[in-house]
Amino acid sequence: MKLATIKELIQARALTDSVDFDMEVSYIKASDLMSDVLSSSRRGDILVTGLVNAQTVRTAEVVDLGAIVYVRGKVPSEETIKLAENRGFPLLATDLSMFEVCGILYSHLK
Amino acid sequence: MSEQVLFQKSFQIKGNDFASAGEASVQIKNILKEVGFDSSVIRRVAVASYEAEMNVVMYGGGGKVTLRVNPEDVILIVEDKGPGIPDVTKAMQEGYSTATDEMREMGFGAGMGLPNIKRNSDELKIDTAAGKGTRLEIHIKRAVNNG
Repeated sequence: MKLATIKELIQARALTDSVDFDMEVSYIKASDLMSDVLSSSRRGDILVTGLVNAQTVRTAEVVDLGAIVYVRGKVPSEETIKLAENRGFPLLATDLSMFEVCGILYSHLK
Repeated sequence: MSEQVLFQKSFQIKGNDFASAGEASVQIKNILKEVGFDSSVIRRVAVASYEAEMNVVMYGGGGKVTLRVNPEDVILIVEDKGPGIPDVTKAMQEGYSTATDEMREMGFGAGMGLPNIKRNSDELKIDTAAGKGTRLEIHIKRAVNNG
């Protein structure tokens, strides 16, 4: 599924300019625990999270995630967005809850 | 036999500085990427380094991580002068944690750090003493094990 489709399904908006909406997504990882993301994610995964600190972006970088979607209307600080922007890493945000985002994406990716 | 060091670089880690926590590990990852290491090796090094770096930031009060490359291994030496690990056996158990709420709010401190480091390393040496700090030596083989 393309990132553009995911964006539409979960009514997300881009927080960074560098978003490749043609990116193909096969796996979604939903977690607020970065150690879990470090131990069990795959390259190119999309991370769905309620955490909005700089560690989300660094974790994404360390394990080569494809993008991060922040849920429940929360957005990271300007510095964190800038950190992602400088590294060409895509960030998105949605007002939907973690549960809603997971439900929608699970039913479409299965 | 003395160890042949092909490359070595140290990075300072600031204690309790959550804004830049993880930067050293991202730099280590980028160095290995530029040199053209296998992506699975880079991932293991980066994950082990990041977890260890977070421990130095959260518990160690600052320290340093040294990346050393020899013909066989990538070695990470992570040192701090913090309070030390009171019970290493317990700290190696997944889920055991002495983290504060602030650490947990950062997405860490769930008792996964040392187990994650161990899982991603071929050899892990922990040298720690109460009040004197902690030194981790993490060895990761450069050759990819496809077996």
